[in-house]
Amino acid sequence: MSRQQRSSRDRVAIKSKFDAEYRRFSLLLSSTGCFQDFYQLLRSIHRIPGLEVFLEYVDAHGDLLPINNDENFHKALSAARPLLRVILQRKDVMDSVFSIDLPQRKKKGQRQMTAKPHPPMLIGPPKDFRPVSSIIDVDILPVTLRRVRLHKHGSGRPLGFYIRDGLSVRVTPQGVEKVPGIFISRVVRGGLAESTGLLGLNDEILEVNDIDVAGKSLDQVTDMMVANSRNLVITVKPANQRNNVVRGSKASADSVDSRACHDSAANPASLHQGNSNAAEGESDEEDSDIIIENNTLLPRLPLQPFVNGSALLRETSPPLSLGLQPLPRSTTPHNSPTYRPGKGMQEDGNIITL
Amino acid sequence: MMKFRFRRQGNDPQRERIKQDLFAFNKTVQHGFPNQPSALAYDPKLRLMAIGTKSGAVKVYGAPGVEFTSHHKETATVTQMHFLLGQGRLLSLLDDNTLHLWEINVGEGSPGLEEVGSFCLPGRPGFESTSATRVTVILLKRSCDLLCLGTEGGGVHFLEMPTLTLLDTQALVHDHIMQRSVVPEEYKCGKSLGPVESLREHPRCPNKMLIGYSRGLVVLWNYSSRKVENLFLGNQQLESLGWERSGKTFVSSHSDGSYMTWPVSSALSTQQPSTSVIPYGPFPCKAINKIVWRTTESGAPLVVFSGGMPRASYGDRHCVTVLQEKMQVTLDFTSRVIDFFTIHLIPQFDNPSALVVLLEEELVAIDLQTVGWPTIPCPYLAPLHSSAITCSYHISNVPPKLWERVVAAGLHQSPPPTWPINGGKDLALEPKHNGLLLTGHEDGTVRFWDASGVSLKPLYKLSTANIFQTDCDHNDGLMQGAEEEWPPFRKVGCFDPYSDDPRLGIQKIGLCKYSGKLVVAGTAGQVLVMDLSEEMSAHVINIATIDLLQDREGFTWKGHDRLAPKTGPISFPPGFHPFLLVQCMPPAAVTAVTLHAEWNLVAFGTSHGFGLFDYHRRSPVLARCTLHPNDSLAMEGPLSRVKSLKKSLRQSFRRIRKSRVSGKKRVVVSSPTSKVQEANAQLAEQAGPHDVEVTPVQRRIEPRSADDSLSGVVRCLCFADTFLRDGTHHGPTMWAGTNSGSVYAYALEVPSQEKFSEHSVEAVLGKEIQLMHRAPVVAIAVLDGRGNPLPEPYEVSRDLAKAPDMQGSHSVLIASEEQFKVFTLPKVSAKTKFKLTAHEGCRVRKVALASFTSVSSEEYCENGLVCLTNLGDIHVFSVPALRPQVRYDCIRKEDISGIASCVFTKTGQGFYLISPSEFERFSLSARVVTQPLCSVDVDRALCTGPPVRPVATAATPILHVALQSVGHVMNSAHSSGNSEIQAGLSSPALDSPNSSADITLDTTGDITVEDVKDFLTVSPAQGLQTNACALPGGQLIHSSSSL
Repeated sequence: MSRQQRSSRDRVAIKSKFDAEYRRFSLLLSSTGCFQDFYQLLRSIHRIPGLEVFLEYVDAHGDLLPINNDENFHKALSAARPLLRVILQRKDVMDSVFSIDLPQRKKKGQRQMTAKPHPPMLIGPPKDFRPVSSIIDVDILPVTLRRVRLHKHGSGRPLGFYIRDGLSVRVTPQGVEKVPGIFISRVVRGGLAESTGLLGLNDEILEVNDIDVAGKSLDQVTDMMVANSRNLVITVKPANQRNNVVRGSKASADSVDSRACHDSAANPASLHQGNSNAAEGESDEEDSDIIIENNTLLPRLPLQPFVNGSALLRETSPPLSLGLQPLPRSTTPHNSPTYRPGKGMQEDGNIITL
Repeated sequence: MMKFRFRRQGNDPQRERIKQDLFAFNKTVQHGFPNQPSALAYDPKLRLMAIGTKSGAVKVYGAPGVEFTSHHKETATVTQMHFLLGQGRLLSLLDDNTLHLWEINVGEGSPGLEEVGSFCLPGRPGFESTSATRVTVILLKRSCDLLCLGTEGGGVHFLEMPTLTLLDTQALVHDHIMQRSVVPEEYKCGKSLGPVESLREHPRCPNKMLIGYSRGLVVLWNYSSRKVENLFLGNQQLESLGWERSGKTFVSSHSDGSYMTWPVSSALSTQQPSTSVIPYGPFPCKAINKIVWRTTESGAPLVVFSGGMPRASYGDRHCVTVLQEKMQVTLDFTSRVIDFFTIHLIPQFDNPSALVVLLEEELVAIDLQTVGWPTIPCPYLAPLHSSAITCSYHISNVPPKLWERVVAAGLHQSPPPTWPINGGKDLALEPKHNGLLLTGHEDGTVRFWDASGVSLKPLYKLSTANIFQTDCDHNDGLMQGAEEEWPPFRKVGCFDPYSDDPRLGIQKIGLCKYSGKLVVAGTAGQVLVMDLSEEMSAHVINIATIDLLQDREGFTWKGHDRLAPKTGPISFPPGFHPFLLVQCMPPAAVTAVTLHAEWNLVAFGTSHGFGLFDYHRRSPVLARCTLHPNDSLAMEGPLSRVKSLKKSLRQSFRRIRKSRVSGKKRVVVSSPTSKVQEANAQLAEQAGPHDVEVTPVQRRIEPRSADDSLSGVVRCLCFADTFLRDGTHHGPTMWAGTNSGSVYAYALEVPSQEKFSEHSVEAVLGKEIQLMHRAPVVAIAVLDGRGNPLPEPYEVSRDLAKAPDMQGSHSVLIASEEQFKVFTLPKVSAKTKFKLTAHEGCRVRKVALASFTSVSSEEYCENGLVCLTNLGDIHVFSVPALRPQVRYDCIRKEDISGIASCVFTKTGQGFYLISPSEFERFSLSARVVTQPLCSVDVDRALCTGPPVRPVATAATPILHVALQSVGHVMNSAHSSGNSEIQAGLSSPALDSPNSSADITLDTTGDITVEDVKDFLTVSPAQGLQTNACALPGGQLIHSSSSL
């Protein structure tokens, strides 16, 4: 949450565009609030309070990225140097899909997607954005390795890969040695692993959630992966080394990040470097989970037991307002159907583990 | 929680020292009958018995408690064993033709048997084949200074003992025999005389020995004069020889089922048998493998032999015949006879007092002094697997009252044994606490074992089969009619692996050690509640049926039927009397059971749900279905073939369709190349195009889904007096955990003792916790305010345990197959956790809470969560902080039945099956160790020490061998003044990620947190008293508005 505060400046300049109109204004960084606030603000500035619009911004590399939740909003703010350029588009124009065709887009800025001969890459309606996968720790891992986080969301889509035993060639002080290793043996079509494009056949698995798999049996690694399946971080040595991250300046690393993020929906957690500590990953994960609907919950957490205590005495208290929801753990989906898409319990629980 | 974050990483030396005082891993004793025994020996001087096995184990037994065990380095079959009489030494022959000398150890730290020498007979130079020097028979002279080896080639070699040095010049080859006497041609085997089959020392003249060759020739050989004294020409293949005590006659047994007695007189050089008998003739008989001839005080000799049964009619029986004058008994065993020996008491005559027969699956002793030759129950070597073990249950610290009652009930079943093999002294003190091991068996019996000490003694056997109507009931009648039959068979032994009805199998056991209430649950959903009674009684058992499906629709049970109970009163001998039978419907195997005698409640679960029954009022309290709607497999039962039939039908149709298609193809292009292409295409379909390597094994990576089959199986149940409703009022609760990671907590209304008859027990669903990782819940335990497990029922009211801390906040420990978690109560929120699988990749198989007492101080005691994983290693975690303490490798990970059979005691010991018939006992506690402490008075005066390891004290005539330690305070010197450096040494677990250095909690990315539903807020009108299923989830109100 405190990431954008790392920015030295306390204000961010914003230039927003709707149809042919431009508005320039600035925001106090400390009072940016959430995405919804920003959305309302923009609509009021452009005097289109009733109109449903999509927000997009231009990042440092000229990519047009959506703003549709708290994470990518904060990401946009933090990336705004010197100016955050926001483009508003009518929702009815954007209702189906939009493609990323960067050069074109850059020229036109705003474009109506009337004819789509072959959209190079499709992203589902922005509303359904959620983290699917991300490359993390690019800056600390050797270029030959890749650390991938797979976000299992609900039970809709399988993780979709298989692993096997194999022999891996390692260079040791004693020379080249063949050591037993674990490899991806199959990537199921249509599965999560395939859709990320980050895991491929014969990639060697080195770590699972920061635990070295060396010396572990296939069954052990299987169990570790299954046990971590809700937030699986695997470090692989890709069999295909041609697609590796080109390490250069920090900015280029960021660019890779942002692209990964773009491809698979924003996950600001992963964008921040040094994510080797899984604990941090976890809390980040929770942030992203909670913030989607209800970020007011977080600051109140310390109060929680206190609230509980008083609540326990009440025989029948009416359902509390969303913001004051003190007992996320014990709430049921029925009390707050709005912010639990399907498997809402995880989000509840996450708060508890903090 | 923050304090954990800021604790210094690394090892606290003080903590390491405490850990050393608390934990130590030892495999201590093996209980039960050795798997696949292959050799037997007996030392009449020391009264010790040795058993060798096919895997190379050597076990020596004396009086109960006197045990020595060791293992050959090679895993080869022990074919023969012989004691060096009185010396505490044992010679073993393996089937790789090596001889090994064992010694009962004098040394300090390593108790038991030690190998002190070995020998392999060298092959004859120039002969490639070793078969000529393959040892067929061993004779160890009574003086113990000479060993004679009979070989396949017909030679006899001599070795000096105990040095195992070959006396090369003394070797006796066939030439010596043939030069010195006239051997008829038919006894020659080419140039030699054929393999030596038997060697017997003359009972009176130590220089003379009988050498029996397999073709039937028997030679009386004088060792000192190197002369053939007599030649006996048997006309059948020789099997074994035995001397009569006086040395005037001997007896030989043969492959045609006959035995012959031969007079020995110095006059004649070639002799004929005085008698020749085929006991089970006249039809062809099998060989008599071994025969012994014993004189008795009464004059009539006693002949014992194994085998010799009529080939056609009883060729498949395993028999030992005991013959004395007109008395003949054919002992009919259920498994193969390995060997036997007799035990003698009086020096003037043989006068055998007992016959001990080693069978493949059990050891049977026959009392030969009592009329009728009854069997003597063994105090050890019990065949645990007489019917396959289906479950085991351990009760620590059994109160003396219950102990006496169980022992008394057992004495009604079998008189106290006077065990004839009683060598050595058991130096172990009477165990302070009695431990009871209960094993449930496939035939519906529950056996009670005294697990307090080194030998696992049978105490009492409870059978549940007589309550039900089974097909086997009339078998006894048939046995009665068979008395006039010849041969005079007598069924002996209890090994009977064939269950009459698998539904009788015992699945779960629960025992209240204070009230003597026992609950036993079986494969067909039967739950029997029993009471211990000293009287015979005949009564009708109350029967109640509980439907665990709770009118859940769309499911049909396709498994086995319930067992039909007998009608009318059933008589029971003193012991545990069933008074209530609760039948779960559908009759699936009971998967969890627990008992609370103070509340008169029994809870049980199957793959469909769980139930709660008030056995005092004989009324059901609760039934809850745990099935997931998609879980159809559980419904159909384990025996269902419907699913697989459907599947196979589908597959075969597909195959037909496929073959049609490919048939068409073949019509179009029926060239061999197209076939290759087709095969290649198929291969390509199966494996990716780049998949050059063959993928031998691959594993799918998918999280458990909610609708995995068998998700509704109830894995554990527990009662606790704790805070479920609010933080101020505690009360009875019941907890149930399922295979899909659900935990149900019920608040119970239990009327006070006086009002039991008036009010009924009520159960209200309090909480429902869904573990997000959905792994099966293995165990649930409630911890009191100090983090100690709650005491058992009656423990506090009888002043046997400290009252639990009811002031502080309680917590509940939930162990799933993947994680351990402690949640606060009454508000269920995660307090601590440890994610074993996410870290280590191993899954939890068995857990138990145990208390570990320090070696250095009896006052200091810690609770630990003991966990056995699917990799066979044991972890101990602190409670409730769930910090890893130690890790030990215990069971091979391939040994699935061993892992499945493991049971822990409350004092940090445990048992697991190393074979179907043997429990290995291990200890995790440094203080509580049960291992043999015994002494054997060994006479090694006359002999020099063996070459490898000379016995320093050989000059003293009597050597007192004492072996170390038993469940007493062990040497704790290391813990006292030792340096910090030593204490800082890493424990074995430190290299693993879950080592104690890893103190921070909640480490890896975890978003799998539990969903807790709080039901106590439901208004009384919606009460969930007996039918919790009726309440749909939609009516839940979150707990902010709880009581």
